[in-house]
Amino acid sequence: MKGWLFHLAVLGVLAVLAVILPAYHANNLARVLVLAVFATGYNLAFGYTGMLSLGHALFFGAGMFGAALPVTLWGWGGLPVLGTGMLAGGVVAAAVGVLALRTKGVSFMIVTLMFAQAGYLTLIYCNAVTGGDQGLVLPGAARQVLGLDLTQDGSRLWLALGIYAAALAGALGLVGSRFGRVMLAMRENEERSRMLGYDPYTVKLKVLVISGLYAGLAGAAYGVFFGYAGAGFATVQYSILPMLYSLLGGAGTALGPLIGAAVMFWLIDFASGLTNAYLMLVGVVLIVVVLFAPRGILGYVRERWLPWLP
Amino acid sequence: MSFGPFLLLALMEGLVSAAVLALMASGLSLVFGVMRVVNVAHGAFFMTGAVLAWFVAGHVPGPPVVGWLVALIIVPPLVGLLAAAVDVLVLKRLEYEPEAVIVATIGLLYILEQVALLSFGPDARPVAAPFSLRLQLPWFGYSGYKLFVVAAAGAVLLAVWLVMTRTRFGLVMRATQVDRVTARAFGINVDRVYAGTFGLGAALAAVAAVLVVPTTQVHYLMGGDPLLLSFITVIIGGLGSLRGTLVAALIIGLSDGVISMFWAPTLSKIIATLLVALVLVFRPQGLFGAKA
Amino acid sequence: MKTTLTGIAPSRRAVLTGMGAGLIAGSAGLVRPVWAQAAPLKLGFQLHATGIGASYGRWYQRTADAALKKINEAGGIGGRPVEIVYEDDGTDPARGAEVVDKLNSQHGCDLIFGTLFSHVVMGSAPRAGELKVPYLVCSEGYHVASGALNRWTLQPGITDVRSQISSMAPWVAGNLGKKVTMFFPDYAFGYDHRDFFTKAIEAQGGQVVAQIAIPPTETSYTRYFAQIPAETEVLYHVMVGPGVLTFVKELGEFYGSGAKPQLFGFIDSLEAVDTATPGLEFLEGSHFWEAHPRVKPADAGAAEGDYRAAVGVDDNGASVADAKDVATYSHMFSAWETLHFIKQTVEASGYAGVADRQKLVEAMEAVTDLPYGIERPQGAKVFNGKTHQAFGSQNISKVEGGKLVKVHTTTIDEGKYDDGVDYTTMSF
Repeated sequence: MKGWLFHLAVLGVLAVLAVILPAYHANNLARVLVLAVFATGYNLAFGYTGMLSLGHALFFGAGMFGAALPVTLWGWGGLPVLGTGMLAGGVVAAAVGVLALRTKGVSFMIVTLMFAQAGYLTLIYCNAVTGGDQGLVLPGAARQVLGLDLTQDGSRLWLALGIYAAALAGALGLVGSRFGRVMLAMRENEERSRMLGYDPYTVKLKVLVISGLYAGLAGAAYGVFFGYAGAGFATVQYSILPMLYSLLGGAGTALGPLIGAAVMFWLIDFASGLTNAYLMLVGVVLIVVVLFAPRGILGYVRERWLPWLP
Repeated sequence: MSFGPFLLLALMEGLVSAAVLALMASGLSLVFGVMRVVNVAHGAFFMTGAVLAWFVAGHVPGPPVVGWLVALIIVPPLVGLLAAAVDVLVLKRLEYEPEAVIVATIGLLYILEQVALLSFGPDARPVAAPFSLRLQLPWFGYSGYKLFVVAAAGAVLLAVWLVMTRTRFGLVMRATQVDRVTARAFGINVDRVYAGTFGLGAALAAVAAVLVVPTTQVHYLMGGDPLLLSFITVIIGGLGSLRGTLVAALIIGLSDGVISMFWAPTLSKIIATLLVALVLVFRPQGLFGAKA
Repeated sequence: MKTTLTGIAPSRRAVLTGMGAGLIAGSAGLVRPVWAQAAPLKLGFQLHATGIGASYGRWYQRTADAALKKINEAGGIGGRPVEIVYEDDGTDPARGAEVVDKLNSQHGCDLIFGTLFSHVVMGSAPRAGELKVPYLVCSEGYHVASGALNRWTLQPGITDVRSQISSMAPWVAGNLGKKVTMFFPDYAFGYDHRDFFTKAIEAQGGQVVAQIAIPPTETSYTRYFAQIPAETEVLYHVMVGPGVLTFVKELGEFYGSGAKPQLFGFIDSLEAVDTATPGLEFLEGSHFWEAHPRVKPADAGAAEGDYRAAVGVDDNGASVADAKDVATYSHMFSAWETLHFIKQTVEASGYAGVADRQKLVEAMEAVTDLPYGIERPQGAKVFNGKTHQAFGSQNISKVEGGKLVKVHTTTIDEGKYDDGVDYTTMSF
């Protein structure tokens, strides 16, 4: 109960921020919320179930093009393409998972990375349809969802907040369920959970598909919200980002991905005003966090002050 | 071009990439094998080696061969020392926890790249080859230096193998690899072995860099692709198996070359990537790894 | 973020005290200094300071700074001093859109310009359209004139790739050969080359016998040279990124002293690279497209020398401070010309502040002739208000003694094609 109230309060704070932030940062908040949906999904696989994937860029890219291609090919738009994008993320995750989950640990990381690399190159190769690296611009007419005009900053931010709230609720529900405890068991000791009668392959595949649905939805939303889909979003960088967000905010915490995404985003934005080498600051922060708060920001908070945090 | 010469060219190119890959991956494999950690900054050490080689070669007077030789002698130890320092200052304090090391080395990767961006700049710059010999075959010409790279890489790998099997340091490293706790009980200074291994791994990346820069260009983002490829090589070869790494490098280098004969470049890359991924899927322990 | 305000000698201090005094004046009704009435015109520059476009970004910044200095020394724009705010986009489309936001909403820029790489343009233009901020790209991409973008995006300072290529094809077919093999990067503007050169050479009775698209992650090229068909008469190459020099060197090793096809390249393959670099000897005698000849041609116009002096480029196209620092000479003039286009249209429209942005774009669309002069050192241009695209003449240079020597200049008409869009009918 305390957990639910706490998260409602967090959403309330986000809603207040949405109202009071100046235009530039309000729009950045929309970006951060969409990236946080992506990272929340990633965290389900990585933080809660122990799957170290570097293939999530593929699921994100699948979602983005799963939304963009119906727009450019068949003139679809709005809610349906958010749906097709989400579905594309899930389907691709299932296909990758069926094969890649035969491996684990570092091998799993490499196999997912290679599938994602092949996916990225496929987007480039099929440039006649996808626009390749140059990508596709989505017309304003396709960017209307539930009566909201997503070319407007306000409606975009509220829809982003809505999607994040749903994603957070979904993650909390999943983690709190019976299945959520099986996920944790997989992370802690796969062999023991196998002996208890849970098939690790099936459990992990389910989680990976859910994670892929999250990534797909986030990719679709990013494309539709900001009017652009490009192969650059399927590069390895977009696999590393959700991992960093999760680790920085706290892997295996519900709000960690949001906090990680926000800190990282604004850190880069701030540092890029100081120097061209702003990624250096990111590097330093990563090392400092891992040295002094190895469980991430929220993990640190949970250890010290709020042991009940989910 | 007819099939025969085409195949010959593809094989030569494949051999060159295999040689560089083997060198690069053997460093990663050592670290993997002995320390059980993933060094994401391995490509950044490679880049650092290339940047330093460019710097040294540009500041040593005389013909290109002198500058290049000086670089070959002093750059790898420098990079090795840098890596050893990172091990002592950061990795050791993380107690080599795999996930923490991944994050820390991603941070290190960013730092090294950005230092290069600030000092070396964003442009791609060439390093002159120590000698410019060009072989003119009936169908095409080929760089003699590239063939030298293959031989040099072979020699370095042989030296690494000798160190690992014939010296006390190698013995200590292998002992630590097999059982860290027992090694410590026998009085081995595991901390020093780890620092040495991490340094040696990075130094091998730097050797690869000095060898390869005359055929390519120095750029602050050049470490990314070699990193991915050497990861793949190490995993395919089987964790911690030097012999496996070597065989995997040959397979990956040659198949990449041969596959590129038949399809458009991008499609060839897709096919080669998927093939290697499938090898791992159906042989998760790698070619030479023990069954987990 | 770096702000540059150069040129008007006492200006920086004057603006600062002016702003301070303005605050006081606002509350206490004191005397206003001159500059307080003429607040600076703020121009946002989306800069490739890092990432794959960084070599270009550095020179774009130098060129824009030089143009800014010249304009401010001559009294600014419409009597107002001008300021450029640079923001790095990392040559990344996602960050590009964020930078558009930042320049517009946080820095309060009047308009945004300067983007080169087409994927960044594609990622950023929708955001510029939403914010209704004029977005003037310096990219060469066909994205503007193809109709893929919007009413707020224009390209007044450089000819697009489709036009460049179309005007090259007749010369290539007439002088080098008709059977062409193309090497191009498998992304962005590589596709423009693939699509439009293939059509243009066919119109000349020629044929593209192979299209070899190099994936963006590639660092070694020799193995793809074997795919060049034996019948090839002309090898057409256009590469970008850190691998370009390797590409050219390996091509040299591959052909060596043997028979080789004629080479025709886009200078993009060698921007910021010295043509006299060891390993590039085999380029001797080959031809390149150049928008703006790097080595000052003997028949260069009067503005050429002044432009080079202002930017700090010597007659060989390298920095006057460092002869090894070669400019991206065939692209960077677009930053200079775009800034002058801004000056011309801001003054013509009587633009006073962001409320006049629509009026400004309409004034831009009304421009047709852009004559040669110090405002346009690359050459005269014709602006098409419907497609938002400028058209200029192009040059072909030959490598002689390790130097690019201009041998041919096309007319503007040779690069014209039918309009693909009429942006003026679109809503703002």
